[in-house]
Amino acid sequence: MIRRWKSPLELGPATREAYGRALAELGEENPRIVVLDADLSKSTYTGHFGKKFKDRFFNVGIAEANMCSIAAGLAAGGFIPFASSFASFLMCKGYEQLRVCCAYMEFNVNFVGSHGGISLGEDGPSQESIEDIGLACCLPGFTVAVPADDVATAALVRAAAEHYGPVYMRVGRPRVPKIYGPGERFSFGRAKTLSDGSDVTVIANGLMVAVACQAAEVAERRGIDVRVIDCHTAKPLDEATIEMAAAETGAIVVAEEHLSRSGLGSLIAQAVTRRHPVPMEFVGIEDTFAESGAPEEILRAYGLTTEHILGAVDRVLTRKAKGAAVVAQ
Amino acid sequence: MDPKKIDVGEIASRARTIRRLVMEMLAASGSGHPGGSLSAADIIACLYFGVMRHRPHEPFWEDRDRFILSKGHACPALYAALAEAGYITHDLLTSLRRFGSPLQGHPDRRKLGLIEASTGSLGIGLSMGIGMAIAARLRRSPSRTYVMLGDGECEEGQVWEAAMYAPHIKLGSLCAIVDFNRLQLDAGVEELTDLQPLADKWRAFNWHVLEIDGHNYDHILESLAKAEQVADRPTVIVASTVKGKGVSYMENQLRFHGAVPDKPEEIARALAELGAGARS
Repeated sequence: MIRRWKSPLELGPATREAYGRALAELGEENPRIVVLDADLSKSTYTGHFGKKFKDRFFNVGIAEANMCSIAAGLAAGGFIPFASSFASFLMCKGYEQLRVCCAYMEFNVNFVGSHGGISLGEDGPSQESIEDIGLACCLPGFTVAVPADDVATAALVRAAAEHYGPVYMRVGRPRVPKIYGPGERFSFGRAKTLSDGSDVTVIANGLMVAVACQAAEVAERRGIDVRVIDCHTAKPLDEATIEMAAAETGAIVVAEEHLSRSGLGSLIAQAVTRRHPVPMEFVGIEDTFAESGAPEEILRAYGLTTEHILGAVDRVLTRKAKGAAVVAQ
Repeated sequence: MDPKKIDVGEIASRARTIRRLVMEMLAASGSGHPGGSLSAADIIACLYFGVMRHRPHEPFWEDRDRFILSKGHACPALYAALAEAGYITHDLLTSLRRFGSPLQGHPDRRKLGLIEASTGSLGIGLSMGIGMAIAARLRRSPSRTYVMLGDGECEEGQVWEAAMYAPHIKLGSLCAIVDFNRLQLDAGVEELTDLQPLADKWRAFNWHVLEIDGHNYDHILESLAKAEQVADRPTVIVASTVKGKGVSYMENQLRFHGAVPDKPEEIARALAELGAGARS
């Protein structure tokens, strides 16, 4: 198996921190970048930008709806806004504004929700976003991305600034393993194949990419050749890469830190069904909220570990073998 | 803007025409919102034909003043003003609400690029206006931003998020106008959620507040001129208006918030009262 990650994975910074750093760099280069936050600039790291560019930073207070519409007005006036809060507040309190002021009005606004998923841990479910990707993907014209590490985040923030059209990106609270080396290039809608396995494909996004890589290493020792794909863009989906994986490996597992029934897995299942149906399994959060605790405890309790991916790999391979047996008869 | 230099006679004539066009459009479409279109007509006429700096021959002039009709259901009055100003042809007006028409049931900038903000979902326009006014400030443009709100719309929470923020950043180029016609869809505003004392609420949020008769051209023009003189605070003009103004049987009638008269003789009477045939 040819792998593109360095084993063992080395811990890198949180994607939210990479976001803040990338924004501050972009601010130097492009005077049209403006940044908005709703009283969480220390947590979302937009404060880095705010310190450097006071006149282009707007902290509107705890008023997400107002922030999202102001961002659209700034875009109408020729600027490139990045608006941030926790993913849960941005998406749920700003949804009408994302829908009407950005999707419907076709304004070029970038939204970055931090503390995505349940890995923020101790703060508990009111702060955790388990549905943001599904909600964002429902918005016509939105590009939706979940970067896996700092390099991916910085590159995708840059891609968002260059892309004309509304973007939603989810970043996370905890430090995450580094997948990519410096200088790796990213485009929206172009998934990264991280290993070339032929028995089964694990498609993941966000922090589940590292978990998928670790699961692939364990599976390899058990004689299973796993293809790992970082599907960092949920919309537009890289259907060609997914179709090729379905055709060449014949079994797909999707792993995401999101409600399993409304996120990346559902989108991929649609593409697979349409283009090349194969058995699929899904690793994600069941129809429930999580709870407080250390991130690793929460991820384990709600089904987001290497063991959960390996279990799904076993199940999907059993189904694949059964299918092959039926065809052979 | 110097209110003394503005031709009030011309504005009155434009307002009359806007009202007549509104009624012709609504008669043609058979649905829409006459009450709030007619209550807003005089203010819209003052903005487009007296106060706003805009160039019909150069609609996307960067330094143009922006107008957001946050109460998007009153769009027939806006479309009529755009036709009178020369942005769109009068022929287009009767396509209101028809499939394929740029004159959608609520303003839609995808279909009509002149529209600064697609409205219809109440409560969002003032925040959008803040964004546009900040953008003008950052560009060092003299552009001013006008946002017309409905009174019922002021029941939306987002209006007050915006109301808190605009004075905080001293957004003097922003001017909100509340079309205070006292009726919303289901009932009188005071029956649903009373807004009074509305002007005091805006004062408490640190706005420069003016209370006027929204059908008196001198009042409207003077208040808009005063708004322009206050640079360190946004202005809100609370304009008392009459829903359905100009058509005697529609005035202050709840029924005509969102319904067009269905009898041909009612339409004929409305058009007669609005001076149809006497093109000004």
